[in-house]
Amino acid sequence: MASDATTDTTKRDFLYVATGAMGAVGTAVAVWPLIDQMNPDASTLALSTIEVSLSSIVEGESVTVMWRGQPIFIRYRTADDIAQSKAVPMEELKDPASDAERVTEGQEQWLVQIGICTHLGCVPTGQKSGSAKGDFGGWFCPCHGSHYDTAGRIRKGPAPLNLVLPDYNFLSDTLIKIG
Amino acid sequence: MSGHSSYNPTNPVAKWLDSRLPIMRFSKEHLMDFPTPKNLNYWWTFGAILAFMLVVQIATGIVLAMSYTPDAALAFDSVENIRRNVNYGRIIQATHAVGASMFFVAVYVHIGRGLYYGSYKEPREVLWILGVLIFVLMMATAFMGYVLPWGQMSFWAATVITNIFSAIPIIGDPLLQLLRGGFAVDNPTLKRFFSLHYLLPFVIAAVVALHIWALHVPGNNNPVGVEVKSSHDTVPFHPYITMKDLLAIVLFLIPFAWFVFFAPDILGHPDNYKPANPLITPAHIVPEWYFLPFYAILRAIDFDMWFISAKLGGVIFFGGSILVLFFVPWLDGSKTRSGTFRPLFKPFYWLFIFNFFLLTYLGAQLAVEPYSTLSKISTAYYFGYFLIILPIVSRIETPNPLPASISESVLGKGGS
Ligand code: HEM
Ligand code: FES
Repeated sequence: MASDATTDTTKRDFLYVATGAMGAVGTAVAVWPLIDQMNPDASTLALSTIEVSLSSIVEGESVTVMWRGQPIFIRYRTADDIAQSKAVPMEELKDPASDAERVTEGQEQWLVQIGICTHLGCVPTGQKSGSAKGDFGGWFCPCHGSHYDTAGRIRKGPAPLNLVLPDYNFLSDTLIKIG
Repeated sequence: MSGHSSYNPTNPVAKWLDSRLPIMRFSKEHLMDFPTPKNLNYWWTFGAILAFMLVVQIATGIVLAMSYTPDAALAFDSVENIRRNVNYGRIIQATHAVGASMFFVAVYVHIGRGLYYGSYKEPREVLWILGVLIFVLMMATAFMGYVLPWGQMSFWAATVITNIFSAIPIIGDPLLQLLRGGFAVDNPTLKRFFSLHYLLPFVIAAVVALHIWALHVPGNNNPVGVEVKSSHDTVPFHPYITMKDLLAIVLFLIPFAWFVFFAPDILGHPDNYKPANPLITPAHIVPEWYFLPFYAILRAIDFDMWFISAKLGGVIFFGGSILVLFFVPWLDGSKTRSGTFRPLFKPFYWLFIFNFFLLTYLGAQLAVEPYSTLSKISTAYYFGYFLIILPIVSRIETPNPLPASISESVLGKGGS
């Protein structure tokens, strides 16, 4: 009898734990849709690629376009900008990247970046001709004072990383597809 | 502390109800007869002021929600419509917006009171923890409320504050998208903030109920910090405390009303009267004044520490500055509750209060010298006070002698 009682208890314990575990899994499965609905929805994701024509941008100027609700900075860099960027030794960079890594080969004059400061997400100034470009001729974030250079690399201030590069490619010399 | 009940209904309906749902008995015991130390000063009225403010925010909020539209294209205009066209809308909207500020004035006084009189000490630790939880919920509620008018400051506050989560390693970016419902702050963000802004005050109300429950088990602390010893030490809550609290609420309403009627926008920021624009960040973004001390701490960490980037470091200190409050009951080991009897504690306490004002000031300045260095010193003192000064002072200090009882402290020796 005694051994029967133990089998009984272990059986009960097992059923108890198994039921509890199933209940927990079931609850988690039921809760997941309630959480996942907060993620970007299909309409937001559907807007995920755009094509931008570069033909109207003049050398030295920049344009801003919207992609996924974020500003995209496109700058037609001057030969000076590029030379200045290439001259920077890697050791001086907080988030090391060569000028070549920031652009598409053969299209070095075009710098395409997400215009969002990698610190806490403000939009840096430097797109319009008169606006502050910071100490390194690129962009300046007014929120907590981050300076980016002519390759969009972080040079000074609290931002940890260079301006992020979106996925994009050249469809022709004057047309890019972002996303 | 409920003692024996003095509720003896004679009315048959009252008796009938009492044996089924003793709600009248409960109210009489907890809202009228509850024994309260007779030496409470006006710093103890801020609890009632806070309860009043919660009711004000909920009442005005529900009414605002009748005319407010949570949609990125319409929100800004709908708030302007409330301010210009809805009957009394200007006053209701101003009451809600100023009310949030007054709510924080009251909560800071209330917390400061607790820190001075040692109200967090045994046996009131749970009461204190629930209070800190309410404070956290209030901050979340106020932050999301501030986003609703969808002005420039609303939008950039939402952007910068949600971005804090992106500092978390690995899960940061997916979490950020989950919170925002997109790749940037946008319409989905506004809608969920409205939903949560409506929900959280009721969660706060529930935690307030627990807070008061946890208060009514040990009863109130008091300015001398000596526990109640006999009924000579107490007065019934009603009418003594109810009337005093009401007077305090009326006095509190004077500056509140002044702001609402004469300077409804003075506590806000002019940039918030420009509609949100995701392409342009205002030149000088600052949070609402009540977040400035914590914002100053966030910004003070502008240097990398070992493998921790400045960004993550700022976020850790920002979170830590609030988390540390949960542990105060165990950091301060002094058995003497009231700061009045703690000669060594007192100067450090007042320096802490001064430092908190300083942090508020620093949070509003640009991130340049001398403010950057001052912010670091100020942040160091904020943490030093809790993590170093409180534990050490409570071990080396000899407190002054305490009065034998509350009665004695009020009436002098021999009083009863
Ligand atoms: C803990 C209590 C609450 C706090 C601290 C709080 C705080 C705030 C703040 C700071 C604003 C921004 C005001 C402005 O700058 O214009 C706001 C707006 C708003 N709140 Fe609340 N709120 C609370 C409770 C509620 C409740 C219960 C509702 C009910 C739905 C509500 C509905 C609204 C609405 C519709 C707005 C947008 C209109 C406006 O901007 O004035 N609030 N809230
Ligand atoms: S968000 Fe750009 S420096 Fe902080």
